[in-house]
Amino acid sequence: MAILITPATKILIQGITGEFGARHTRLSLDYGTQVVAGVTPGKGGQFFEHGAHRVPIFNSVADAAKATGATVSAIFVPPPFAADAILECVDANLDLAVAITEGIPIKDMVRVKRAMEGRKTRLVGPNCPGMVSPGAGQDSHGGCRIGIAPGYINKQGHVGVVSRSGTLTYEAVFQLTTKGIGQSTTVGIGGDPVNGTSHLDVIKLFAADPDTHGIILIGEIGGNAEVEAARWIKANCKKPVAGFIAGATAPAGRRMGHAGAIVGGAEDTAAAKIAVFKECGIEVAVTPSDMADALLRAAKAKSVTLT
Amino acid sequence: MNIHEYQAKALFEKFGVPVPKGAPAKTPEDFINALSDLPDGPTMVKSQIHAGGRGKGTFTDGYKGGVKFCKTKADAREIAGKMLGNTLVTLQTGPAGRKVQTVYFTVASDIKKEYYLAILLDRTTSRPVIVASTEGGVEIEKVAHETPEKITKVFVDPAYGLADFQVRELIFKLGLAGTEAKNAAKLIRNLYTCFWETDAAMVEVNPLITTPTGEVLALDAKVSFDDNALFRHPEIVSLRDLNEEDSKEIEASKHSLNYIALDGNIACLVNGAGLAMSTMDIIKHFGGTPANFLDVGGGATKEQVVAAFKIILGDANVKGILVNIFGGIMDCNVIAQGIVEAVKEVGLKLPLVVRLEGNNVTSGKATLAASGLKLVSGDTMADAAQKIVKLVA
Repeated sequence: MAILITPATKILIQGITGEFGARHTRLSLDYGTQVVAGVTPGKGGQFFEHGAHRVPIFNSVADAAKATGATVSAIFVPPPFAADAILECVDANLDLAVAITEGIPIKDMVRVKRAMEGRKTRLVGPNCPGMVSPGAGQDSHGGCRIGIAPGYINKQGHVGVVSRSGTLTYEAVFQLTTKGIGQSTTVGIGGDPVNGTSHLDVIKLFAADPDTHGIILIGEIGGNAEVEAARWIKANCKKPVAGFIAGATAPAGRRMGHAGAIVGGAEDTAAAKIAVFKECGIEVAVTPSDMADALLRAAKAKSVTLT
Repeated sequence: MNIHEYQAKALFEKFGVPVPKGAPAKTPEDFINALSDLPDGPTMVKSQIHAGGRGKGTFTDGYKGGVKFCKTKADAREIAGKMLGNTLVTLQTGPAGRKVQTVYFTVASDIKKEYYLAILLDRTTSRPVIVASTEGGVEIEKVAHETPEKITKVFVDPAYGLADFQVRELIFKLGLAGTEAKNAAKLIRNLYTCFWETDAAMVEVNPLITTPTGEVLALDAKVSFDDNALFRHPEIVSLRDLNEEDSKEIEASKHSLNYIALDGNIACLVNGAGLAMSTMDIIKHFGGTPANFLDVGGGATKEQVVAAFKIILGDANVKGILVNIFGGIMDCNVIAQGIVEAVKEVGLKLPLVVRLEGNNVTSGKATLAASGLKLVSGDTMADAAQKIVKLVA
């Protein structure tokens, strides 16, 4: 009914006692997410309290996972310590680590990615809004919300959304929900040049998920991850796909907010990526306001029902 | 973060990457001092600005060439006087050009052959890649396009670092032997250490040269650093030259705002980088031109919104403003209050279109409506963009 995480997934929060981590832990608990543990080295044995919730805090990820059965971590650790936090998840053999932290040095991520090769743990992020698999309750309550995305704009359903950008993802989800179209899972893979899970990785999961009927692929300038995903879609994915690329007006050589959003050559411009999308049968959203409509056009052309 | 050539070469020397002897000067009085460090004979004078294409650039007073060969040190001193304080326009500076605040004198080396050498991050493999070519001193993009077989790439495994066999592969592909090969191998290893230890985003040597005596030298040096890693390199932060940056961008960074000046007339204020980029795009789509990229971040405060308005209005080209906020978690009403306060504080006279969506949006819209301000509300991004384009036209 979703990819990577479901409403039943048990998650732990690294950096639960920091201001940022605490705030989003409370929002996830309110959304009905199974937050079963927190990790803050030195604060093991204490509890994170919010309303009726009493979440135990541990000194290490391994301890937390062992005691609570958590399989996924949300990382809210400051940039200098974030790489170590990810490696701790790998060492504890978690299924998934979602790194929300923005501003991790590229070199740290290069080393982390190398260390993760051949290991069980998947990384989503860093510098990402996280993931949501909506629940069945009102305003999608009861879903699994990992990270900083708003939960209430989601609706349980059958569209997969993958994006590098946070607010642009919310924009797409909001458009879908407003039109009565629900989502299976929304994945923010993050705006950094070195990240754990790529557009293509997520697209493959959506393509294989029987409960996902259509996909929105949101990309931006810089790198060739969107192109790689588009070519795979052309060859392997029968589901309707809509795409949007941000940054058509970005000047070359400037970093547009995201560390990865920089035009380095002729092939990573918005125009080049849009051309590849079209060539690969992806319905291109003309403007960001057109993302849900673009998917509806793609679904109609393939006679697929999204709801 | 970028640094100047003379700073990059000082860094190279620290890591054992040989460069031609040189000295920078920031005032005409410094010229004699700087030149006294160099031997008599042919000398290069190089304008120090962050943009490339200096050699083929033209100064705004008509003087041609930001990099010059001089037969004597006396000539070099005279030429430097023409460059310092003058504004150099190159293909990369834009028409406004950049004021030359430092000139760099170097020994003019005897060149046997020019090569290309760079180290950067390869996004596809998530590993550092060393790029080398026998075609130096020309644009590498052109070489990659026309004669890709002349470019060699070596990917470095971060777990083991640069291996000797990889250095040998580069040396053989460049066709170097004997003393040259030995010197080049040492240079490549040291350059890699420099790249890795300083958290550089890119080091580029174009050209790398061999001399008739078998020396291998970095004749030019371009280095940029990963902004995310600057916190652990105070010595590199101290090399930052604020003269090379847009004053509005500097002001924005003080308020943790991400601002990039562009040349259009519709300013935008947006939360989130992706949404900010696509807001620029949608303005263009409906026939307008964006004046800036501005991301106020996920948790913008009232103070930040006020600062953001002041920065956008510092651009004289701005004829209208589009605010586009998707308040996922952030309360739209807080943002609305920030907008009202900012507009009153700066005494805004220009057309303003606000598109608010998300958390507590009804109260936010009510706050805007009750403010008595002359602003236009947009329902969707498309609606808001069309409205501001029309108002500015």
